[in-house]
Amino acid sequence: MSRSQQTIEKFTEQEYKYGFVTDIAADTLPPGLDEEKIRFISAKKQEPEFMLQWRLKAFHKWLQMQEPTWPNVTYPPIDYQAISYYSAPKPKKQLKSLDEVDPELRQTFEKLGISLEEQKRLAGVAVDAVFDSVSVATTFKDKLHELGIIFCSFSEAVQNHPELVKKYLGTVVPYTDNFFATLNSAVFTDGSFVYIPKGVRCPMELSTYFRINEANTGQFERTLIIAEEGSYVSYLEGCTAPMRDENQLHAAVVELVALNNATIKYSTVQNWYPGDKNGKGGIYNFVTKRGKCKGVNSKISWTQVETGSAITWKYPSCILQGDNSVGEFYSVALTNNYQQADTGTKMLHLGKNTKSTIVSKGISAGHGQNSYRGLVRMQPGASNSRNYSQCDSLLIGDKCGAHTFPYIEVKNSSSQLEHEASTSKIGEDQLFYCRQRGLSTEDAVNMIVNGFCKEVFRELPMEFAVEAQKLLEVSLEGSVG
Amino acid sequence: MSLAMLHKQEDRYLHEFSQLQADLKAHEVDWLSNIRQQAMQHYATVGLPTLKQEEWRFTNIAPIRDTNFKRAALPESLPNATALQPYSLGDIDAYQLVFINGTFTKSLSRIDELPNGVVVSTLQTAAHERPALVQAHLGRHWGAAVHGFVALNTALMQDGAFIFVPKNVVVEKPIHLLFLTTAADEHLVTYPRNLIVAEPSSQLRLIESYAGLDGVSYFTNAVTEVCLEDSAVVEHTKLQLEQSKAFHMATTQVHQARASHFHSQVLAVGGKLSRNEIFAVLNGEGCETTLNGLYFGNSAQLVDSYTCIDHRQPHCNSHELYKGILAGESRGVFNGKIVVRPEAQKTNAKQSNSCLLLSKDAIIDTKPQLEIFADDVKCTHGATVGQLDANALFYLRSRGMDLASARSLLTYAFANEVVDRMPFPPLQQKLAERIWGYLPGEHRSEGEVR
Repeated sequence: MSRSQQTIEKFTEQEYKYGFVTDIAADTLPPGLDEEKIRFISAKKQEPEFMLQWRLKAFHKWLQMQEPTWPNVTYPPIDYQAISYYSAPKPKKQLKSLDEVDPELRQTFEKLGISLEEQKRLAGVAVDAVFDSVSVATTFKDKLHELGIIFCSFSEAVQNHPELVKKYLGTVVPYTDNFFATLNSAVFTDGSFVYIPKGVRCPMELSTYFRINEANTGQFERTLIIAEEGSYVSYLEGCTAPMRDENQLHAAVVELVALNNATIKYSTVQNWYPGDKNGKGGIYNFVTKRGKCKGVNSKISWTQVETGSAITWKYPSCILQGDNSVGEFYSVALTNNYQQADTGTKMLHLGKNTKSTIVSKGISAGHGQNSYRGLVRMQPGASNSRNYSQCDSLLIGDKCGAHTFPYIEVKNSSSQLEHEASTSKIGEDQLFYCRQRGLSTEDAVNMIVNGFCKEVFRELPMEFAVEAQKLLEVSLEGSVG
Repeated sequence: MSLAMLHKQEDRYLHEFSQLQADLKAHEVDWLSNIRQQAMQHYATVGLPTLKQEEWRFTNIAPIRDTNFKRAALPESLPNATALQPYSLGDIDAYQLVFINGTFTKSLSRIDELPNGVVVSTLQTAAHERPALVQAHLGRHWGAAVHGFVALNTALMQDGAFIFVPKNVVVEKPIHLLFLTTAADEHLVTYPRNLIVAEPSSQLRLIESYAGLDGVSYFTNAVTEVCLEDSAVVEHTKLQLEQSKAFHMATTQVHQARASHFHSQVLAVGGKLSRNEIFAVLNGEGCETTLNGLYFGNSAQLVDSYTCIDHRQPHCNSHELYKGILAGESRGVFNGKIVVRPEAQKTNAKQSNSCLLLSKDAIIDTKPQLEIFADDVKCTHGATVGQLDANALFYLRSRGMDLASARSLLTYAFANEVVDRMPFPPLQQKLAERIWGYLPGEHRSEGEVR
């Protein structure tokens, strides 16, 4: 066995670093799903009537729907009646300061390197920490409040700003959208809500850490971001989850609405438990993310680094409705061991002079299967629209796979579109060159892979760029050879 | 899908099949009947493709399904050589087999002075004279799941060419297969079926043309199987020149053994609804496969190109270039799939699809696809959709050329890249001239009037 192969083995066999379980008595609903359970969730959240009706509509629709089978992933059938649809840390008492937060919980966050004080002090990031579906602590609220920015948990938004929720909920991802989005619409427990008023530039990166904790609890998050005319917001989402043997289902929905001249930047670092090296356990991440550039000159940019989850199935998409609107998608997806990812994007050009850019980097190692699936559609009205897509795959080891399924549909003659894709492995000569300059094999591999992903990392906010690179060091770079 | 669930338009084929069986009982060999029988059973389970199937999601074959096509027979009076002229190869010295309405027509064909050992006959003749050879290859090399049209062709096949090139033999002159449909009445269907076997180190140049002589609606459902043994070289050109009301569904199945070369070019011009499929299975080390294609769409045509290159063994190369020019309200569909199996290390696969949209109502749906299971590979694909370059147009006009000519010249240049790659110069020159005639005429797009 060669040296580089040994390095590969060493890195690919690395254990999930963030696997630990926090022991907090959770207020968990018994497994199963029926109308009663939905009424319970809605009542528990003290939701207005329209929310309950919306959930019930979604639930009845869901009952008629079939689980999709077209993604290029395989997994044992999910028993939706064996999942508990609600779990919240027991409400102890109202929290006034960080000191009152459960020490165990604080420790968990510290292990994740997102200590609240530190975040507050160093990074200037307001953190809305969602811990098993219920927000435990929210910081920087006052500062945001001054500007009129609403950044809170979804349940709070339903309580305090029902008119906004009612106006925008389901306008981008309707409750009938797809199997998992519909399920989410029926049973979602919490999530984040952001509203940026007209002309406001959000002064800090908004960030939320989701964390799945209770075993057997599917997490159904719902995020809604609304950027009013001329506003700007950058939103960060990051995830780690404890090591668990059973598969956990995560079916989140993210909706973004950008009005005239507004810009939304949405970044994700996803590092959920991918299962052990034999493919046992791990999170099923079936997420519907979609943004609508509703107004003219609006812009939505998705950046994602996907390293976790046993199965990832998500397509952050842009509906480019407003004239001159811009959609962007930058993605790094890594699959190692038995991970599977079917991810990509949809760019739907409706307005004139709309532009979209897709840069997707897939890395497969071990037995990982990585698929890029993308759709670029230019409607007849989208004159002078432009798309550039690039998807590159890197293969490490002979048991993994990389697949590309781009769909290109152009319905007018003034649009221009380019798509290119490549699949290869790290060149032996590149490695050799680095080695003879005195770099160790793993350093060389690190460097080359970093270069491979640079285009995407460049798009990440500073804080995330650092975390993303660290993540790759742990789970990705070394395994490339 | 069970028999009972078949679309009611679809089970008329079952009826047609039972009739055919009765007709053929007297003179067809048993094993061939069995092949037909099995194919019909397969058809009964899969039916005709629908938009719900991933491979057919952009091509609606309902017009074919809903038309009651009648099995074609020889017309009362055969067309004369002048009528054939536009579709023949002209002054290129070639062997020629002409099939009128699916039946071999000896009087119009030329197959004398063949090199020693080379067999050029009809499939029906070969099935009687060389059963072992035909049996070993007919319908044996299907890689992907067979869809309804191929199953129907196998069950209902009429005739077609059988070509056998023995070991080390080089056939210098090209062999031209010309399939013509001619009829006064509407809705004839033909099921041409060709089988080509190239033994080790042999070489063959094959041209298939499909055309219609009268402007009526008819349907061609063609299947060609090409089997290349070790180091064989086959150049395959397909010219689809059907009438504008015609339907054309054709599948070419290629099976390649070690170090064989298959070079294909497809020119798709006619047909109201047409689809050309190529499945290439690279089942030996060191294979070389080239698939080039050029398709034109005008008025309300739908032209679909489907290719699948299946790399099963290491050290194989494949190159693919498909270009489309769409005008009017035409719709183009391109689906290119490259599969690299786990064993196929050191694969080098390149695929590219470019499309020129010349009118505001033209639509292109393109889907280049890579499925890769091996790591030491180089695979790329690219797809572009766009218009004529405004700068290039401006340059030509500044040199005194009128707009229409400038556009035609640039369109021609775009198309000629594919023609230029044809390996057989006489045919390449002939097509380079003919392409002018296929270019969509006065095409002024919306963006142009600025």
